[in-house]
Amino acid sequence: MDSIISISALSKTYASGFTALKGVDLDIRRGEIFALLGPNGAGKTTLISVVCGLVNATAGSVRVDGNDIVRDYRAARAQIGLVPQELTTEAFETVWNTVCFSRGLFGKPPDPAYLERLLKALSLWSRKDSRMLTLSGGMKRRVLIAKALSHEPKVLFLDEPTAGVDVELRRDMWQLVRRLRDEGVTVILTTHYIEEAEEMADRIGVIAKGELILVEDKAVLMDKLGGKQLTLQLVVPITEIPPALDRYGLTLGKGGSTLVYRYETGRNGESGDSAIAGLLQDLAGAGIACADLHTTQRSLEDIFVSLVNEPALAGENGSEARAAAEGAR
Amino acid sequence: MNWHAVRAIYLFEMARTKRTLLQSVLAPVITTTLYFVVFGSAIGARIPEVEGVSYGAFIVPGLIMLNLLTQSVSNASFGIFFPKFSRTIYEILSAPVSHFEIVLSFVGAAATKAVILSVIILATATLFVPLRIEHPVWMIGFLLLTAVSFSLLGFILGIWADNFEKLQLVPLLIITPLTFLGGSFYSIDMLPAAWRTVSLFNPVVYLVSGFRWSFYGSGDVPVGVSLAMTLLFLTVFVALATWMLRTGYRLKP
Ligand SMILES: Nc1ncnc2c1ncn2[C@@H]1O[C@H](COP(=O)(O)OP(=O)(O)O)[C@@H](O)[C@H]1O
Ligand SMILES: [Mg+2]
Repeated sequence: MDSIISISALSKTYASGFTALKGVDLDIRRGEIFALLGPNGAGKTTLISVVCGLVNATAGSVRVDGNDIVRDYRAARAQIGLVPQELTTEAFETVWNTVCFSRGLFGKPPDPAYLERLLKALSLWSRKDSRMLTLSGGMKRRVLIAKALSHEPKVLFLDEPTAGVDVELRRDMWQLVRRLRDEGVTVILTTHYIEEAEEMADRIGVIAKGELILVEDKAVLMDKLGGKQLTLQLVVPITEIPPALDRYGLTLGKGGSTLVYRYETGRNGESGDSAIAGLLQDLAGAGIACADLHTTQRSLEDIFVSLVNEPALAGENGSEARAAAEGAR
Repeated sequence: MNWHAVRAIYLFEMARTKRTLLQSVLAPVITTTLYFVVFGSAIGARIPEVEGVSYGAFIVPGLIMLNLLTQSVSNASFGIFFPKFSRTIYEILSAPVSHFEIVLSFVGAAATKAVILSVIILATATLFVPLRIEHPVWMIGFLLLTAVSFSLLGFILGIWADNFEKLQLVPLLIITPLTFLGGSFYSIDMLPAAWRTVSLFNPVVYLVSGFRWSFYGSGDVPVGVSLAMTLLFLTVFVALATWMLRTGYRLKP
């Protein structure tokens, strides 16, 4: 596996004595979009801060494209762009100057043409001579993104990029992230919104109380725990499921008027479909008529609920998963 | 060396100076002019020559030193305190920049500004009193070394201070009194013997003395001692700043 960031046994105990990271191991693959998902206070910002050099690790090591973040800090940091969680900007600087500053800071020679394209892509070009203090919150966030991308990094960290952001910016941001990925940039974003991770990420890591409790391809995660469910609306309510239908593992809804059938998708999709055909035949055979039926894809949110109910799936950290799921909701 | 970064930070700091040009240049010039009017002309006329020069001329090196010290400390401390305060420092800390490059650019900018101001004050002084500079190379040497040393002190102060009060209190309560008592306006030979001994514990005495020596060829202490002390301050402040950056003191949790 070609990993661009390798984190091993990373721990952080703050001066207050609080341990924010407990031996985190994580490999980020080159070119992927990785979502770090976890409730507030889980340690997401701390993890990013250590990788970017803003917080000293207590133990463990991090390599960025093979460069140790302490010993080869120059090579490591030159590849990273960071968009922090907080909106921190130099109030009196103009957009253009602050972006030029960032590029220089990361050791790159001036390239006005590149920065112009960048500002245009972020709808900032018309505001390039505005001072930061005259910009709205959303615009400031765009500037922070421009600053992070000003030196053409290979890795982009977005710490809670869509917290408090309007719909338009959120859409622009996702477009940008996908485009960056297409250009080969690795994107790591943190969020406590499951939908965000689900929509954007190739892989998802779940962090809670400083521990990484699950790292999985989103597709595999959906596959493993996901699947679809078919809900059948019955014409006449029933009190119990006929024994002839036992093999489908159906659940009877409240009042006996719905039947729910769970089945796997993905690689087993076809077998699921053929099972449905069989189910419908058997239902007819048992004299049960359906008024309506619909299928739903289980979302990550449902998956978290599964993690809670089936701790075995999350390994021995089931209780942590439950906390994560609850926090994340 | 990441020269692009050094240049970026240096120019950024200088641009900040330019934005506040009026207050940062006008204020010291006006204050100094007032000193000349009050001490040089009004009172100085009644004071006999000190060490062979008129009182008005005698206080020029001390006045420049006074400005150089306060300006170096306040420029540099504000320069690093502000990004720390506004949290924009995250960008510098996450950049491929060495500790030396950070110090070079911040301290370089603060020292540049302090030196420019000193030159302006020197030029203003020539309007009031006849000046002579017997050892111009030493004069420039002391000017630059002191500017760099005390900009380093300001840098240290800016990292240490966690609020605006502390940032302003240290120059007000320590730097200014030490400078006033450091022989800016008198020769410590004029003091009673006991106070002369006490004065020797004031580091600013050595700075002012050496600087005055480069103007008029005489000082309170031998010029070699002044130079040694200046280099000692530089060394101590370099060590302290290096330690702060290396450990991440008040910059990295
Ligand atoms: N400088 C600090 N000193 C002490 N505790 C801190 C510091 N920064 C963060 N923490 C604590 O570490 C935990 C993780 O914080 P953080 O990494 O910001 O979480 P997240 O980004 O997942 O919300 C929180 O409980 C927070 O209070
Ligand atoms: Mg956070």
